[in-house]
Amino acid sequence: MTALLIAETSVDVDAEGFLTNPDQWNEQIAEEIARESGVPALTDRHWLVIRYMRDRYLATGTAPSIRSLGKESGVPIKELYALFPKGPAKLAAKIGGIPKPRGCI
Amino acid sequence: MTQMFEAPQIAPHEPKTIEKVAIVISKGSLEGIYPGLIMANGARMEGIEADLFFTFFGLDAIRKDRFEKIKVATVGNPGLHMPTLLGAIPGASALVTGMMKRQMEKIDIPPIPEFVELVADSGAQLYACKATVDMFGLSMEDFVPQVADIISVGEFYEQAAGGQIIFT
Repeated sequence: MTALLIAETSVDVDAEGFLTNPDQWNEQIAEEIARESGVPALTDRHWLVIRYMRDRYLATGTAPSIRSLGKESGVPIKELYALFPKGPAKLAAKIGGIPKPRGCI
Repeated sequence: MTQMFEAPQIAPHEPKTIEKVAIVISKGSLEGIYPGLIMANGARMEGIEADLFFTFFGLDAIRKDRFEKIKVATVGNPGLHMPTLLGAIPGASALVTGMMKRQMEKIDIPPIPEFVELVADSGAQLYACKATVDMFGLSMEDFVPQVADIISVGEFYEQAAGGQIIFT
């Protein structure tokens, strides 16, 4: 675990750049991580997914599977991949300041 | 005098990532189909390009008349630790299949029809093997709409160029 300066805030991240403490997150951090992860601008649809991931993680302690993300976030699978081409669950977790999802689905 | 050896120098390198996979699904049992679907979905989740090629009985996973009826093989399947004759009793396969499906639902693994749709929606291309299609006398109409094309093995290799091929 290392400390990293993102959007002028010091945050703890793992080797892949996922925040290890969700409390250190804010929207400016999200926008900067998004830019560095190949998502230049966050639209309302991106935010819908990011907030859903984050809320689910904070409520249950685990990030949702891609299956439930597609069913419950309000954004269907095809659109999820259009919004986050390099992996919706992984990227939305990273941008949303929660640990990397560990599930296989 | 002891001789000193220097530790071998390992050249630092960038972590390598897989960019593309082509997964062959060749078996028609539940336990034959799921691994390929899980690997394809997992690849897409990591942003890895994925193609699926269904061949022989693996075609059952994309056949409209069969993909809802995929069963666990209870005969000749040592992994089940079940006497062969017991596995042969009528209904044994349906029973074991039902148990396994409930177990999978618990950990959020979708049933095969939903999984095929999920994998296709995630951007994986689905192909049917031409030799098998010809052998069984099938056509595009027999397949779910997510199937992109019926292609030969040569076309599959062209499609898979530059990636890793995984045979299941």
